[in-house]
Amino acid sequence: MNDAPHGAATEALLLTVDHVELGYPVDGELSIAVGDASFDIRKGEKMMLLGPSGCGKSTILKAIAGFMKPSRGTITVAGRTKLEPGPDRAVVFQEFDQLFPWRTVLDNVAYPLRVTGTDKEQATEQARRFVEMMGLSHVTDRYPHQLSGGMKQRVAIARAFALDPLMLLMDEPFGALDAQTRSRLQKELNDIAERTPVTLLFVTHSIQEALVLGDRITLLSHPPSTVLEVVDVTEIHDPDTEEFIHMRRHLRELLADEGEDVDHAVFE
Amino acid sequence: MPSSSRPAVTEPRTDGAPAAGPATAAESSEPRHVKRGGTIWSRRPTAVRRAILLVGLLVLWQAYITLRDVSPLVFAAPLDVAEALVDGIRDGRLIDASVVTLRVLGIGMLIGMAVAAILTTLATWTRIGQDILVLLTSMLNPLPAIAILPLAILWFGLNQTALVFVIANAVTWPIAINVSMGFRTVPATIMMVGRNLGLRGVRMVRDVLAPAALPHTITGLKTGWAFGWRTIIAAELVFGVAGSGGGLGFFINDARFFLRIPEVFAGLVTIALIGIALESVFNLIERRTVIKWGMKSVEAQD
Repeated sequence: MNDAPHGAATEALLLTVDHVELGYPVDGELSIAVGDASFDIRKGEKMMLLGPSGCGKSTILKAIAGFMKPSRGTITVAGRTKLEPGPDRAVVFQEFDQLFPWRTVLDNVAYPLRVTGTDKEQATEQARRFVEMMGLSHVTDRYPHQLSGGMKQRVAIARAFALDPLMLLMDEPFGALDAQTRSRLQKELNDIAERTPVTLLFVTHSIQEALVLGDRITLLSHPPSTVLEVVDVTEIHDPDTEEFIHMRRHLRELLADEGEDVDHAVFE
Repeated sequence: MPSSSRPAVTEPRTDGAPAAGPATAAESSEPRHVKRGGTIWSRRPTAVRRAILLVGLLVLWQAYITLRDVSPLVFAAPLDVAEALVDGIRDGRLIDASVVTLRVLGIGMLIGMAVAAILTTLATWTRIGQDILVLLTSMLNPLPAIAILPLAILWFGLNQTALVFVIANAVTWPIAINVSMGFRTVPATIMMVGRNLGLRGVRMVRDVLAPAALPHTITGLKTGWAFGWRTIIAAELVFGVAGSGGGLGFFINDARFFLRIPEVFAGLVTIALIGIALESVFNLIERRTVIKWGMKSVEAQD
């Protein structure tokens, strides 16, 4: 984490989100979720997308994953702007039912590798490696319904890492977990990311989570959202330090201000 | 419908203690026999309880006929039925009749499944296909399939084709309803995972949609088969002989005509036994697949 090379100004940009507008059709009209968002992610960087609920952070992630197209602006991933869904941008969802119920833990991780053309033996071997890395060795032959929520998310993370993607997209993967499991999985994610360098876009509404996991944080406003601030928190991971507490207060104030502004605007 | 009522997101289960938590969660998949205090009766295994009841019923039946001296032209004793059953199997008449019935049922089901597959495919991909399916099923599913037998005879004549047509009609709708419901209720997340892996077209259907819809598909096949089975027997009873040989319905009717009452019972027992056997095949398939995968609970198995 601390040795992440993002400090170098020459580091290549892997993702550019450039004046992107995103919306959903509601009654034939486009309901704008993201008004004008711009930020970028360098290779090997862990970018947190932080904002109040409903601010369109997941929408941005879906657009990068190729599930929807921006109505304005461009998203560029490794030089490409035409984005179809693909395993080069592996997604970890919040929902526990993202695993295939009819496949065992090991097979849930190995199957995507076979889809992307790895031969069976090698896929199994690689899957086993990541299953072990996520501490799931004792449940390789179990089916998802036999696992707790935390275990299911571990499998989903192992599956995404095993694909060795260009970038990893995580959509509040710990959002449905209890606080204790949540902080344990945050630590495990940091550990596996340290061993397996990855470019990460992580959507969260938890300031704490963003600070613990992130290199940088992109802070979004209420919808139609814009980027309020992009902060570098590479050196700020330990919750007990002064900097952490200070930064957390700063982000909280920004978000609170944002809330008031929007309420005000609505009433006018 | 087995899994349609399942929420898209399962309730958050927590990890609990790192060592014990997940392990105990996994153990729950094994069928647990809860030791209820209960009577001596309720503590026996299900199979034993059922066997005792069955033997009891047979004894009562035999005793009634022996003691009250019931006319053998009205009611056959279990021992006579057993004898007729053995004879029927030995001389091949019961076997032949069963084969005829099962063959018509099988052909009818294959046609029904093919039609259901086409309708479901159209319904999954196009709006008009879905409208057509909904319209047809809401009209034809409540109609007892046997009711179209007169029409079938009119169209196809007194032959097996008419029976196959009736059976195909009986099985198509329950299968189509259930499979299309299964396809439409595939969780959105699992679809997104499939798309994220770059799955498309046939591979998406084979590797994601079809297995995700399997609980509904099996339910559809079970319901379809049961409809078809009842319909074929009814049709054969009305129809009498078809082509070269008659089926089980004909066997019963024929035995009644010649007052071979034990044979009538033997025919009924055969129908019940085949029904039980086919039902347990479907139940076995369910246990090996959707129940094992937690996509349908053991309690929901009918």
